[in-house]
Amino acid sequence: MIPVTHYLALAAILFVIGTCGVILQRNVLTMFMCIELMLNAVNLTFITFSRFLNQLDGQIFVLFVMTVAAAEAAVGLALIVILSRRADSLDVDQANTMKW
Amino acid sequence: MELIFFYILAGILVTFSILTVTAPNPIRSAVYLISALLSMAGLFFLLEAEFVGAVQVLVYVGGIMVLFLFVIMLVNVREMETQRRASRHWKTAVVLGVVLSSELIFLVVRGADIFSTEGIGSNLIVEAQTRNTESVGSLLYSTYLLPFEIASILLLVAMVGAVVLTMKEK
Amino acid sequence: MNRFVPQMFTEWGTVDLNYSALLPEIILSLTGIMIMLVIPFVPTARHVSLGYPALAGIAVAFLSLVATRATWDQRGEAFFYGMVFQDPFALFLKVLFLFATAALVLIAMNYLDQEDRAQGEFYALLLFATVGMCLMAASADLIMTFLGLEILSISTYVLAGLKERERKSNESAIKYFLLGAFSTAFMLYGIAFVYGATGSTQYLIIAKVIPTSESEPFLLLLALGLMLVGFGFKIALAPFHIWAPDVYEGAPLPVTALLAVGSKAAALVALVRILFQALPALSPEWQVLLWMSAVLTMSIGNIAALTQTNIKRMLAYSSIAHAGYLLLGLTAHNELGTQGILYYLVAYALMTMGAFAVVQIVGGRDEQYIQIEDYRGLGYRHPFLSVTLSVFLISLAGIPATAGFMGKFFLFAAALESELYGLVFLAILASAIGIYYYLKVIVLMYMGDFQEETGTLITIPLSLRIVIAIMVLGTIYLGILPGTLLHLASEAVNF
Repeated sequence: MIPVTHYLALAAILFVIGTCGVILQRNVLTMFMCIELMLNAVNLTFITFSRFLNQLDGQIFVLFVMTVAAAEAAVGLALIVILSRRADSLDVDQANTMKW
Repeated sequence: MELIFFYILAGILVTFSILTVTAPNPIRSAVYLISALLSMAGLFFLLEAEFVGAVQVLVYVGGIMVLFLFVIMLVNVREMETQRRASRHWKTAVVLGVVLSSELIFLVVRGADIFSTEGIGSNLIVEAQTRNTESVGSLLYSTYLLPFEIASILLLVAMVGAVVLTMKEK
Repeated sequence: MNRFVPQMFTEWGTVDLNYSALLPEIILSLTGIMIMLVIPFVPTARHVSLGYPALAGIAVAFLSLVATRATWDQRGEAFFYGMVFQDPFALFLKVLFLFATAALVLIAMNYLDQEDRAQGEFYALLLFATVGMCLMAASADLIMTFLGLEILSISTYVLAGLKERERKSNESAIKYFLLGAFSTAFMLYGIAFVYGATGSTQYLIIAKVIPTSESEPFLLLLALGLMLVGFGFKIALAPFHIWAPDVYEGAPLPVTALLAVGSKAAALVALVRILFQALPALSPEWQVLLWMSAVLTMSIGNIAALTQTNIKRMLAYSSIAHAGYLLLGLTAHNELGTQGILYYLVAYALMTMGAFAVVQIVGGRDEQYIQIEDYRGLGYRHPFLSVTLSVFLISLAGIPATAGFMGKFFLFAAALESELYGLVFLAILASAIGIYYYLKVIVLMYMGDFQEETGTLITIPLSLRIVIAIMVLGTIYLGILPGTLLHLASEAVNF
């Protein structure tokens, strides 16, 4: 059997890649996709623990995470659509009518 | 054998994740992310979570990512392609990434030692190996009944919200 | 220990479904759904009046809480297979959230009245957000907390972006959404590690499992850090507060009030449950982290508020600072601290909501008058508004004989009991700085040169007048006679 650390390390790498993506990317859509990648890393962690703890709860959590991801996607993409209607740009640096 | 599969899938996953993050154009990002999510589903199968793996393909790839692609087509992509990507954060991001991953991996590996000694909490339904979907279903409708119901309110809010936001003025 | 049945051994058919524990949530959801069903039949011009059914729903939810109070005992219990608590702590907060939402609905009615296109969905989403808050207050399981938080967050993402013709609103919604989703990922990663380290997500099981694991709890520390990052974003604790001023400024005013009071209180309360009920064993670690965050939050909030010219932004920084004071109660980790948090949340809700109600009325159509400069001479034009706003600001500043002072007093006392002398010293210093910018507004209202033409006629709806009056009375009452509420809070500490 593959050691648990392999899976957890892989998930950690994916999570960090996603985090860096959010910091690095300036396009709202891609930033959002990076967040999805982070959520997937979390899912992998859950499934791994579920497998190695020998209980199913972890898999149930993943289902809930997916539900939430779908809900967030619906609302987030709606917001992005109206942003593009108004601003013609999805660059977060240009969304600066207010000072940070 | 299993280990080889794991490394193949992990390799694909990491490669496509990095491509998703660095792609200059959201369409490419989306396609790379789809590939990454598919290999993630493969890992789920490897971890004997068949139901979740199938849902991953159906919901994530078939639902969420298709929605992403739709929206990308809807907004003006041509223009976005020409937009510069912020390159000033490049080095910071790479350094941060390496430092963070090594820290995380160190902590996780140290922390996961508990699994080598004893399996804590191995007290729940162990019949997972045989009938995964059935066990997930019965757990979802017993212990996790309330979260399951609450999730429906969550989806309702999201649905209403998306409609209200994009509804055009009459 | 019969307050908790180990759910791992629950069989099919064991009935654990106590709907009375969820009555307010059910009633609020149904009201929200009903409002949405009615919307197509109501002419757009009359959408504002949909606030009345929303208020009725809140009233029924409140009555249901009162009616079922006698059916359960003081200790409280977890239901639905250990998913939600029915205990005094949850009851206290649900009542608070219901009152806050009622006030929000009234503010929203005034706000929507001035919009060209009133949207009845506003009320439905407010009610759903309240469902999320109530669930967070009652949650007994990390997964429930997470779902409640998401219901709350998703409703607020939508509400923040509802003012669609205004670019600021849209921008603030996008910022809030991206950072919110980002922080959710951190929180979830933390939850995953808690699950991995303990094999459960139920607070009471986690608390039971942790002391038995002998090895150094690396996974749990990692989980703690990640969850604190996630909650830090939601509560707007420094250094994760940067989104707050922008979002507060850009969002429609009732939504700003919701974010400042509801979201913050709900996330804080969920954090109280997680830290005190699930992770008390890690208290040395989280006390250090919260200590640092409290100092940063208080000083950044108060110092940044000094230079603001927009009253919404000023109140945003002020609410950041107040989250810092609330952290004192968490860091103290004693019974008085929890009492102090509950007391302060009530006081904070009263004074902040009151201040936002006044700002909404003065702001007028399209929030034209939200610069602090616009308040010059308000004392001569609108004695009612300026007197009430002065009371709220004095209370926010923490001057004696107001609710804000008593709340701070209890929190500081709790911190002193835990011998956090340095923290209390810094908190007193920070609140002394804070007095300046609150008083600046009051001074401007009464002593500024009075210019006739600024600000047109302001009409205050009777309902809002009553609400503001009640809030002023509450602020003063709690400041002079804190006994009743303190007694209720001390009962609510039993969780």
